[in-house]
Amino acid sequence: MVKGVVEMYDLLSLKIKAAQIRKKLLQMIYQAKTGHTGGSLSCVDILVSLYFGVMRIDPKNPHLPDRDRFVMSKGHSVEALYAVLAQAGFFSEDELGTYCAFNSRLTGHPTTKVPGVEVNTGALGHGLAVGVGMALAGKIDKKNYKVYVLMGDGELDEGSVWEAAQVAAHYKLDNLIAIVDRNKLQISGFTEEVVRLENLEKKWESFGWKVLQVDGHDIDGLIDVFKSIPTAPYLPHIVIAHTVKGKGVSFIENKKEWHHHVPSEEELRKAMEELDKTLQELRNDA
Amino acid sequence: MMPDKMPVRVAIAERVLQLAWKDPQIVVVTSDARGSAAIEKFFETFPDRSIETGIAEQTATGISAGLAFSNKKVFLFGPACFYSARSLEQVKNDIAYSGANVKIIAVSGGVSYGPLGSTHHSLHDVAVYRAIPNIAVILPSDAYQAAAMVDQIAEMNQPVYVRTGRNPVPFVYSSENDSFKFGKGNVLKEGKDIAIFATGEVVWHALEAAKILTSSGINATVVDLPCVKPLDEDLVLQIARATKRILVAEEHSIHGGLGEAICSLLCRSHPVPVEIIAFPDEYPVTGNQSQVYSHYGLDFAGIAKRAQEFLRRY
Repeated sequence: MVKGVVEMYDLLSLKIKAAQIRKKLLQMIYQAKTGHTGGSLSCVDILVSLYFGVMRIDPKNPHLPDRDRFVMSKGHSVEALYAVLAQAGFFSEDELGTYCAFNSRLTGHPTTKVPGVEVNTGALGHGLAVGVGMALAGKIDKKNYKVYVLMGDGELDEGSVWEAAQVAAHYKLDNLIAIVDRNKLQISGFTEEVVRLENLEKKWESFGWKVLQVDGHDIDGLIDVFKSIPTAPYLPHIVIAHTVKGKGVSFIENKKEWHHHVPSEEELRKAMEELDKTLQELRNDA
Repeated sequence: MMPDKMPVRVAIAERVLQLAWKDPQIVVVTSDARGSAAIEKFFETFPDRSIETGIAEQTATGISAGLAFSNKKVFLFGPACFYSARSLEQVKNDIAYSGANVKIIAVSGGVSYGPLGSTHHSLHDVAVYRAIPNIAVILPSDAYQAAAMVDQIAEMNQPVYVRTGRNPVPFVYSSENDSFKFGKGNVLKEGKDIAIFATGEVVWHALEAAKILTSSGINATVVDLPCVKPLDEDLVLQIARATKRILVAEEHSIHGGLGEAICSLLCRSHPVPVEIIAFPDEYPVTGNQSQVYSHYGLDFAGIAKRAQEFLRRY
């Protein structure tokens, strides 16, 4: 594995981006009075790593045939995705203010009306199969693009995920990378208490996947892992990204209530303060 | 020499195979239904463009969408009973809502699995697909029309649900010419006393019923409506104005099919008496397709009898 793919100043700028995106998505949820706070915060670093450190994309040409594809299978974390897409330049950041407003194209789950969104998602357990289709098309066309599918850990309860996993291994889709946002919480509580998921690594291995594990908030580590793929020929890869639901705001972290709790004015103020402090510390490091 | 009947599903599979020689973007997906969908030859001829998911309709549907997002023209083959229920969420979200260019070729639909029972029947498919935006619903009436239909929908960048039966059906048309135009119906016979609208494999029975009616002095119009959605509303209204009595025959539940689509249109625009011959709100009796048709009055004799009763009342 190549270490230190991202230069120091780049890494810092990505960390700053991540904090800014956390601020932005909280503002979107506060303004819209709806959203999925915890899961959006937990996947920010994964998205930042992919969109700013790994994927070959051109935000001005979102349909380039050779682009890498990203499927947001955990569609409820849409606020993080929209904020990242806007930051990347797929559309104006001003538009984020229309999130969930009447007649806005920024619907409360991803839709292809939004530049950069590859498929409408929101019902869990769909994205991996769609990603398998995209990866198969890449093989048929002998293209070398990669397909990334981000799933929630609670989403792995869905049987359709495992159907798709089986087919991906059968077709030896080493251009397919699934990512699990392993924040260990779902709407009703801890995943291991709702319906036990572990041993996830063994499950995926037994389905014929190459399993990689990483700290889902270590942008440097995430980029290293993504860039190392494929680490095994002819195998689809899954990156189990260990995350904290609500990451970045101490009073939101690791609390099931924040799955779709909307911050009050006071909670938003405190969250912004905390994230501003994080940003200040990052800038001081620079 | 052409046989006098042919399964519609076979005609579709053969035409998709022919088109694939010319169009490298055509891909076929199935869920362990190569035999029933008659696509073994496609798999042998174009293995690189043939995707088998195993018995996994949800994944087959999602994969089809993913292929379509990468510019493939996808024909997804499998039994109608599964593609109108088990994978319906994938159809709604991944294909229709997302606008994936996938043609779902749903074979062995209606009661064509016969005595295998209600798990394998699909008498609700038109109703559920009609209520999903951005997907067309087509029931070809014979093999000629099915082949002509494949030519047209292959060139259309939009989702389509095609329901076929399983068994050989007699030819309604004498050639592919003029047998299918997307969104249009075909007047197969003209008569002033009553109009019989039918779709899919019931159309042949409607034509035969009209012959029986003619012999008893009743002149029936017979209209083939392969596209249940979009419906040829202009044609339906034109015929309703002319004949003033409408009989609809379809291999579907009484709820939500062609009959209700026509009633909805006529209630809005030109109310006339309508009778619907379809399946009542129950799980059908055991029997082969023709026995079940006969039991519920969907065969030619039943359609003719119902038309005569209808005319006595109106």
